[in-house]
Amino acid sequence: MNYIPHTKEEVKEMLKTIGVHSVEDLFSDINEELRAKSFNLPKGKSEFEVKEYLEKLSQKNNLSLISFLGGGFYDHYIPAVVDALVSRSEFYTAYTPYQSECSQGTLQTIYEYQTAICALTDMEVANASLYDGGTSLFEGLMMAYRIKGRNKFIIDGSLNPIYQKMLFTYTENLPFEIVRTPYHIGQVEREKIYQNLDEETAAVILQNPNFFGTIDDYTDIVEHAHSVGALVIISVYPISLGLIKTPGEMGADIVTGEGQSLGIPLSFGGPYLGFLACKEEFVRKMPGRIVGATVDKEGKRGFVLTLQVREQHIRRQKATSNICTNSALCALRALIFLSVLGKNGFIELSKLNYDKSEFAKRVFKEISGIDVLNTPTFNEFTIRLPMDANEIVKKMTKKGFVPGLPLGKFFKDMKNYLLITVTEKRKKEEILKFAEELNNAINL
Amino acid sequence: MQLIFEKSVKGRKGVKIPYSDVPEAEEISKEYKRTNTPSLPEVSELDVVRHFTRLSHLNFSIDTNFYPLGSCTMKYNPKFTEEISRLEGFSKLHPFLSFISEDMIQGALEVIYETEHLLCEITGMDEFTLEPLAGAHGELTGLLLITAFHKYHGKKKKYVIVPDSSHGTNSASSAVCGYEVIVIPSDKNGCMNLKEYKEKLNDEVAAVMLTSPNTLGLFNPHIKEIAELAHKAGALMYYDGANLNAIMGKVRPGDIGFDVAHLNLHKTFATPHGGGGPGAGPIGVKKELAEFLPVPRVIKKDGKFVLKKSLPHSIGFISPFYGNFGVILKAYAYILLLGKSGLLSVSEHAVLNANYLRTCLKDYYHLPYDRTCMHEFVLSCRKQAKKGIHALDIAKYLIDKGFHPPTMYFPNIVEEALMIEPTETESKQTLDKFIEVMIEIARLVEENPQIIKIAPTTTIVRRINEVKAARNPDLRWREKKTEILKNEKTTLAE
Amino acid sequence: MKGGDKMDIRENLLYTKEHEWIKIEGNLGTIGISDYAQSSLGDVTFVELPKIGNEIKQFEPFASVESVKAVSDIYAPMSGKIIKINEKLSTSPELINQSPYEKGWIAVIEISDEKEKENLMPYSEYKKYLDELLK
Repeated sequence: MNYIPHTKEEVKEMLKTIGVHSVEDLFSDINEELRAKSFNLPKGKSEFEVKEYLEKLSQKNNLSLISFLGGGFYDHYIPAVVDALVSRSEFYTAYTPYQSECSQGTLQTIYEYQTAICALTDMEVANASLYDGGTSLFEGLMMAYRIKGRNKFIIDGSLNPIYQKMLFTYTENLPFEIVRTPYHIGQVEREKIYQNLDEETAAVILQNPNFFGTIDDYTDIVEHAHSVGALVIISVYPISLGLIKTPGEMGADIVTGEGQSLGIPLSFGGPYLGFLACKEEFVRKMPGRIVGATVDKEGKRGFVLTLQVREQHIRRQKATSNICTNSALCALRALIFLSVLGKNGFIELSKLNYDKSEFAKRVFKEISGIDVLNTPTFNEFTIRLPMDANEIVKKMTKKGFVPGLPLGKFFKDMKNYLLITVTEKRKKEEILKFAEELNNAINL
Repeated sequence: MQLIFEKSVKGRKGVKIPYSDVPEAEEISKEYKRTNTPSLPEVSELDVVRHFTRLSHLNFSIDTNFYPLGSCTMKYNPKFTEEISRLEGFSKLHPFLSFISEDMIQGALEVIYETEHLLCEITGMDEFTLEPLAGAHGELTGLLLITAFHKYHGKKKKYVIVPDSSHGTNSASSAVCGYEVIVIPSDKNGCMNLKEYKEKLNDEVAAVMLTSPNTLGLFNPHIKEIAELAHKAGALMYYDGANLNAIMGKVRPGDIGFDVAHLNLHKTFATPHGGGGPGAGPIGVKKELAEFLPVPRVIKKDGKFVLKKSLPHSIGFISPFYGNFGVILKAYAYILLLGKSGLLSVSEHAVLNANYLRTCLKDYYHLPYDRTCMHEFVLSCRKQAKKGIHALDIAKYLIDKGFHPPTMYFPNIVEEALMIEPTETESKQTLDKFIEVMIEIARLVEENPQIIKIAPTTTIVRRINEVKAARNPDLRWREKKTEILKNEKTTLAE
Repeated sequence: MKGGDKMDIRENLLYTKEHEWIKIEGNLGTIGISDYAQSSLGDVTFVELPKIGNEIKQFEPFASVESVKAVSDIYAPMSGKIIKINEKLSTSPELINQSPYEKGWIAVIEISDEKEKENLMPYSEYKKYLDELLK
């Protein structure tokens, strides 16, 4: 199967026009010693054969268990309208909107997406998207470095451990001092941050809710940071923002996060959506594409990629970032999701997630042998089991449940800890059955 | 067109949220509560559908228009691969299931493993990682690998060499990695000036980043010599795979001296561009660099697929999980569909199409490098510029004629550049129509340039005021204060 | 752009290779960019001004000027301390295009080393330099 329309006759005609005998002649610049040593690929197949094979593969993945798995990536319901609209090929087969007159569709959706992110986070400006929440956080860190000209960063140890690993990989060869405060299931111990906060600090990096599910109000940390001229970067979880205090309300300077829970499928790890928002005064230091509203030569409103001089294709090695391709289609998904949920629907969804997980917490508190370790929380919480969490995971999967994320894989002294997430997709009877089976697994 | 926010009516609802079957929880303590409500739209589902459907009509796309954007490989995106990515066994899979049991994700792990192996064979590299989330991300990852390699061998490196025709991401990625960029000018044949290269090459150079064919669509016949010199100086060779569409099956970067290569799945392997993303930028390496690859890696053990979560010298995590799996899946399906002969055909017809356009247009526009090109070529509009019509004007007129313009003003070593890459999926008919219009433009420049200057005239907006957008950035919609006042007045009257 | 005749060059100023100018009055120097520079940049959209009190060094970047298609670093024609900046450029960056030698001035410095002016080009030299560039 291939998508090449040429007939033999057409190829002959074209070769004649070019003035060569065969297509091989067009490759004559490349001498023998440079030619491919091998090209042992399987024979091409028909759609039918490939579909059969990949369908079988997809069925080798087990989706039959009732899942309480989260950890920064969540199973929320995606309304049918999202896929339907994003499947319009005028959206997904279009390119980056560099030619504004024939890309007003994409450009307007990006402007609306930027507005939506600002509305969620209470920040003043947002960019057109980055790859994911982790690279977004790194870009936020680099922004703080550019703005402050300082190279010390304080990272809260309860930030998503995968994002922490990514930050360390990216900053390995850069002249930065990164101080990581000890992780904590509950709220941040302010002293641990303040004892490192000084006039060399570019930024303090926090997460809300933290990786363990705990929510907090970081306004006091922001005030302390600002008093020494440091910035605060907060990584947030969008669904929580229907209910909990926004980073904008706390006074954050830069906000990043993972937008996967806004209508983007889990898809085994990607593609996802990194969002980044900040205060207006930092807009020219913001990486990534940005769409602005303007007028055309007749005064009609239109949209255009703006402040492009910061980007790699113009500024090259002095660019704010090396990013080119971003996550535009995922940003469109998020925009449609938020539009079709609307202000009220979004708040309702947020509340529903909160109610469900609070209910689960209450139920779990009744199970003997389990300690529910944190409050207040949103959507997920951490429990301590009387034995290795992996044992419980094995038992529970046999009973039809994915009980949560065993934390021993990330934190050495948490072998008995489990991170449990309850979204709006979990029914009351599933939660009760889960608790019953967990009780059996522990106590019988 | 109105914004979705401007279509809001207070109280209007869209999708219905499920009823709660659990008791209401105790309210969150005031100090942690959001004090305002998010200013999201309040519209019905039909409003949303009409809004976005109408917006989609305002775009040019591959599915509606010829899109000869040089360097972007805007080939047809198969509908079949879209269908594959929606298979629930893949789309609903939580990435953390790897922490529960690898038995639950064997299908997904097989996709990753097999795709890596196919890409190795296509590029001649020894191992692949699919983790980078875009081409530039792949460049960054590749440079991190190169840095780790040099560090391991006790070498301290300061520089990365790039040709002046290189893509901006090459320099930007180098800078993010802490390197200084040395730019080598191109010679009169459009290839990296060998003499200058030899002069600037020193033992503090970490890598030489090249794309082949280069951004002018020209294959550098001295590539092996360039690689040998680099290796002698202790530098590694990095292949920017943006232009792989020209040489699949003919040349493999791994065979001609490259140590690291990135591919753009959203270019060569037909995954859709999505209006700017998401893409995927997998990285291939020679075995000397394999131990530094990011984790986790998929390996086969006793007939099962297993994740190796730590490698002693790995650079660590560059992505949250295994890469943009949804994109990788589409590329895998594409490679399976096309197979060996299909992929060979791709490059042959891509190069045929580009040379056909080049031949038919060279009498009307200046061709700075008048030789056989590969899958793309660069025209200069300098003849037309003398008459006051610039590449930008020609681009805008092409829009009126239903063609997405070629890439403008890149590479910047060519004055008034238009970089044209037709790709293999375009028919002779389409190419002939494009040639006809380009010839018409050349004629109009002589006879009636005004028509071109005022283009576009058929699009929803005319030439956009970019200066205003940059001087007074308006980057988000805000509720107008007057609206709020109006509402207040009405309440008082009641 | 034709030869140096078409570009506005002022006789009483000293110029750098990067097209900055400085007007020396006593121990003070007013700094801006030349007509050629503003013309190459296109419509100026933003100016990143230095802070008052900053010490700048000859030929090192101390400010930047943005247009829609480029960002240009502005290099100090001479070393000194910034004592005045043209705040009007924050709201009206187009002043640099309209009046690069008068209303579009960027900063005033207290010159620290008078001798540095020998490293700059007077009118005639700059005109020749531009002529070469624009050939």
